[in-house]
Amino acid sequence: MLFNALLIALREIRRNLTRSFLTVVGIVIGVAAVITMVTLGRGATETVRQQIAKMGSNLLILRPGQGWGSWGAPQFFMTDVKAIEDQVPGIRALAPLIQTNAPAVYQENNRNTDIQGTTSNYFEIANWVISTGRIFTEAEVTEGAPVCVIGETIRKELFGENVDPVGEKIRLRSMSLEVVGVTAVKGQGGFGDDLDDNMITPYTTVQRRLTGRGGGRNINQVMISGKEGYPTAHIVADVSSLMRERRNVAPNEEDNFNVFDSLQLAEVISSSTKVMTSLLGAVAGVSLLVGGIGIMNIMLVSVTERTREIGIRLAIGARAREVLWQFLVEAVTLSCVGGVAGIILAYILCDVLAGVVGAPFLFDPKINLIAFVFSAAIGILFGFMPARHAASLDPIEALRHE
Amino acid sequence: MSAENLITLRGLTKTYGTGDAAFKALRGVDLDIRRGEFLAVMGPSGSGKSTLMNILGCLDSPTSGSYRFRDIRVETLNKDQRSLIRRHALGFIFQGFNLLARTSALENVELPLLYRGYSRKQRHQLAREALASVGLPDKERNTPAELSGGQQQRVAIARAIVTRPDTLFADEPTGNLDSKTTHEIMELLRHLNTDRGISILMVTHEKDVAVYAKRRIHVLDGLIDHDSGSETVDRRSEIEDRR
Repeated sequence: MLFNALLIALREIRRNLTRSFLTVVGIVIGVAAVITMVTLGRGATETVRQQIAKMGSNLLILRPGQGWGSWGAPQFFMTDVKAIEDQVPGIRALAPLIQTNAPAVYQENNRNTDIQGTTSNYFEIANWVISTGRIFTEAEVTEGAPVCVIGETIRKELFGENVDPVGEKIRLRSMSLEVVGVTAVKGQGGFGDDLDDNMITPYTTVQRRLTGRGGGRNINQVMISGKEGYPTAHIVADVSSLMRERRNVAPNEEDNFNVFDSLQLAEVISSSTKVMTSLLGAVAGVSLLVGGIGIMNIMLVSVTERTREIGIRLAIGARAREVLWQFLVEAVTLSCVGGVAGIILAYILCDVLAGVVGAPFLFDPKINLIAFVFSAAIGILFGFMPARHAASLDPIEALRHE
Repeated sequence: MSAENLITLRGLTKTYGTGDAAFKALRGVDLDIRRGEFLAVMGPSGSGKSTLMNILGCLDSPTSGSYRFRDIRVETLNKDQRSLIRRHALGFIFQGFNLLARTSALENVELPLLYRGYSRKQRHQLAREALASVGLPDKERNTPAELSGGQQQRVAIARAIVTRPDTLFADEPTGNLDSKTTHEIMELLRHLNTDRGISILMVTHEKDVAVYAKRRIHVLDGLIDHDSGSETVDRRSEIEDRR
């Protein structure tokens, strides 16, 4: 009986190609929209997550001033860094950062480069991986040795592809720095900046040769890495109260520094992209629903003709359940064809749009399944319900249906 | 064998609705139809003739009374069982043809065979034969929209006889046709009755059509009010005379 139903159903689909096509299109658009939206949304979330991971996890950054601008507010002493390290619990590692820039020269090549003066902890805290050579040692930091680790962009600009930079000397103003390592590519930062256009040297070297000691108050930032599982909010509070004390901030004054919490930022950004994804998903869900209503419309419009068809079939001896099987098989076939076509279309769209949006293309079987099942359910429901009504009629009533 | 009844009705009633709104379409019909008869059921609209035909055709069930088709007590059957009688023993022709739209004549004729589980080859062969026997051997690929009314009714007749039923039900088969086509269709039915021995039960309100039948009954207010009885006299000459 099932085979027979399949045979009859396929005949009906072929006989009513336009109607079948319109039904399928409704499902295709709905399914494709949902999958595309959610997949792209997930891709965007993943992009943000990766960019935050590049900064380093559990990372706190202490800066002078409020907000992103730090004009006028005093910088930090190295003794502040020591005080944080000694007095604030929950810290895994920390590194001072002196930021400056200077033209770097190697033979006839030169490039104005950002310089980070710091300690050897910095590499781990800020998630820098060495691709060739090594990082500088604590001893080199202590003695202010003329060494540096360069980013990939600097390596390319100054040395090209044929020279191994390790052991070579770069001239920065009046001093000469030996390249001891090259960092692995990080790519673009969250603001489109080139993270690899960067040179890292001991802070002592920078203080001695470039910025001068400046009375010691010349640490621009302190990077603090919290212990895994230790709440960063506690560290932020402890660092803040310590700094208020050390920087003599009166109780009624605002902080003249700020502590940036990357985890908090990550949470804010990823939760907002999650909201975006759900929003896109909801919009797409509406389009799936509209597709479903389209299917329902087509089914209802054809119900007069189909009721007569059911009457004819009943009159020539079909049993109600045979007619129902036929309609069920028809609805299932159309819905499944539409669902599969929708998934294929979604993949093409995702592939194209992922390139345009710049988000990775992440396959999510769950959303495919949900969209497929939902569309199939709509197709089957709206294809089947009118038939169930018609098949329950007496053949004579069904034949007279106008 | 000639005395064996094809159909026996005793005290058949059909009531639509309940209570005060109840309408008695049939009020105790007794009727015997033998095999091989060509019966015309006549009567004005609302007389109950269509209700009677629907019950005889196992499309509808009686409210009370008995209906024996051959040795089957039809009034005891459920919907599905009545479907199976229609499938295996009955053929139907309707006033409005009731062919599937956008479907070729051949596929329309094959339709009853699909429900009988015939193979593709058998279906094609039987359907071709049936179309040829109604005089449409060259219209297999045409859809109803491409056929005239008379041709559509021929396709419908082919569909009705393709399963070789022993009884054919015709509900106003010529109601939508002109007089020339009516004559052709009625000749075809008469031929099926006399040459193939198919019993035919036909509803009509046209006397000109009813004369093709061997027996005429007249229904009025839910009862048979006149029965011509079987006759041997061919009254078709009357039609010819009137032309």
